[in-house]
Amino acid sequence: MKSLYSSAALSASLLLTTAGFAAPPKDTISDGVVKIGVLTDMSGVYSTLGGKGTQVGVEMAVKDFGGKVLGKPIVVIGADHQNKADIASAKAREWFDNEKVDMITGLLNSGCALAVQKLGGDKKRITMNTGAASTELTNGAWTPYSIHYVYDTYALGKVTGQAVVQTGGKSWFFITADYAFGQSLEGNTSLFVKKLGGKVVGSVRHPLSSADFSSYLLQAQASGAQIIGLANAGGDTINAIKQAKEFGIGQKGQKLVGLLIFDTDIKSLGLNVAQGMQFTSGFYWDRDEATRAFAKRFFAIHKAMPTMDQAGAYSATMNYLKAIKAAGTDDPDAVMAKLKSMDISDFFAVHGKIRVDGRMVHDMYLMEVKKPSDSKGEWDLLKIVKTVSGDEAFMPLSESTCPAVKK
Amino acid sequence: MGMSFQTVMSQVMLGLNNGVFYAILSLGLAVIFGLLNIVNFVHGALYMLGAYVALLGFNQLGPLLGRPDFHLNYWAALIVAPLVVGALGVLIEKTMLRRLRKFDHLYGLLLTFGLALIIQGVFTNYFNVSGDAYDGKPEVLSGVVDLGFMLFPRYRVWVIGISLVVCFGTWFVIERTKLGSYLRAGTENPELVKAFGINVPLMITLTYGFGVGLAAFAGVLAAPIYSVSPVMGSEMIITVFAVVVIGGMGSIMGSIVTGLLLGMVEGFTKVVYAPASGTVIFLIMVIVLLVKPAGLFGKEA
Repeated sequence: MKSLYSSAALSASLLLTTAGFAAPPKDTISDGVVKIGVLTDMSGVYSTLGGKGTQVGVEMAVKDFGGKVLGKPIVVIGADHQNKADIASAKAREWFDNEKVDMITGLLNSGCALAVQKLGGDKKRITMNTGAASTELTNGAWTPYSIHYVYDTYALGKVTGQAVVQTGGKSWFFITADYAFGQSLEGNTSLFVKKLGGKVVGSVRHPLSSADFSSYLLQAQASGAQIIGLANAGGDTINAIKQAKEFGIGQKGQKLVGLLIFDTDIKSLGLNVAQGMQFTSGFYWDRDEATRAFAKRFFAIHKAMPTMDQAGAYSATMNYLKAIKAAGTDDPDAVMAKLKSMDISDFFAVHGKIRVDGRMVHDMYLMEVKKPSDSKGEWDLLKIVKTVSGDEAFMPLSESTCPAVKK
Repeated sequence: MGMSFQTVMSQVMLGLNNGVFYAILSLGLAVIFGLLNIVNFVHGALYMLGAYVALLGFNQLGPLLGRPDFHLNYWAALIVAPLVVGALGVLIEKTMLRRLRKFDHLYGLLLTFGLALIIQGVFTNYFNVSGDAYDGKPEVLSGVVDLGFMLFPRYRVWVIGISLVVCFGTWFVIERTKLGSYLRAGTENPELVKAFGINVPLMITLTYGFGVGLAAFAGVLAAPIYSVSPVMGSEMIITVFAVVVIGGMGSIMGSIVTGLLLGMVEGFTKVVYAPASGTVIFLIMVIVLLVKPAGLFGKEA
């Protein structure tokens, strides 16, 4: 039965391919090229978890797809937005207006992401966000051309928040990065903590990329909260966890919870410091055969295992190209319609789907950092404690304020 | 927010901890500016380089020499890093800065700024921007000390102590010894000092080497506290320049005292209104420049 299905699928896809080759209608691909722009933090506090690695993911997808779609070449370009919204927006404008860029992906840093997504909406170009976290991207800032692919602050706050409160962490103090992302993450997590009967006793907001967290940590300690929630990311989270250890915070009574952590952060901290921490992720390289196979190929190029942003950029690009092929054009409206109706299934997502608000809904994972004695290799860092289905993890449409959601 | 004695004292300690880094770096800048009249923008990059000498010495040097068990330990790094970076400084001074001596000091600033970008760029290319952990902190300095009002990491106590010794030691040498008097005289009138048979060019070269050696020393001290990353210097140097401007360019004691004070001001801001902690020093700089343009300790020109 199974082989019958697969051979049917094979012949169908062959038919499609030959049809595509036989009669490529003119002007199906605007400007005769599909150009994908990777705009992200290439040199700053988030560049290890995204950066060049995100571009590597995109380039791998293009290569695996065959380098051409509907007979036209696919080109990848990259740029550094330096975590500045004005630079991100100026670069995106240049790409849309002069460089014929059809789709922008990456877009770490919610401040930059919101700016570029708005521009994409104005210019009718697709943005597939794999890096940023703010839920605003699928709510107030939604555009008909925006997709939020990997994770968001709602899912992080819900999965981690629930896991912590259910194991007794009732009172929280937040150390929060002072911009759109940190505020969104703190807000979303607080909501779930309170819903489950916990309380938030205080918070402190720090500037992005701070070197010294000792003062904030002592304030958190003095608050007497059971849980110190880190609503920041990348280098900031690393410094906070490291310095907490130095001051002996989080060892007796109080517990440190990182709300957004990437594999590369754990690598940088070392298992000794990070062991036992729980957090939520949209991807882990060592989940199954398919993820391991991808990770191995990625490692050969980038010399590090892929984070969820980097793996997500591969998957987003691959599905974008599939949608162009299926639609028979790179017209943004047609491609978006295809993307929102197709099943997103690959090593990254299991039966993911892109909702009307642009949210790609897929399984999320509650992760735990391994003990040094359980780790069998340099990148054997985490184990999956629990798989949470996308419908459970992400914001339901009933709570959405996205203008496209009919109520 | 109610401020108990305990809160105030903890913030004083943390502020002092950041302050000693500002002090030691701005001291190096002051020494260099005093004698060479150069605004040494490469200072932050050399501070970062110092931290990397410690990190690589600990992780990589052994395997490189074919002896995987060998680690350049922390104490050795405290001496080796300033020497390595100091030697690099001597090279920079002899091959590049020396040629610019006749020109306006804007040229020195541009040259050192360019060097900083190059060094940082090379390191960004090869190393993890979000930082690597330095694991060489000696056992004796780990753990915490009970200060009565707070538990303070033993390592940070050491950092504060040794930095104060180095800062005031440098001040003493320059302001109170014969060697220091040559240095100061060389600043005022190099021709006359030369006439007394003192090798002024050599003195200038060594001073530059010493100044950047201080930056490397601070880098090693910082390695176990912060992540060692290619951008650690550029983040630090902007604040340190503000400290130098507030204290008064070229004033030794001014740079030490201002560094310590501003570290504490910044510490308090983190308790009162944390989002302003990144800007408070610049706010003070603006006020000082308006009221006392030569800086708190500077001589009116």
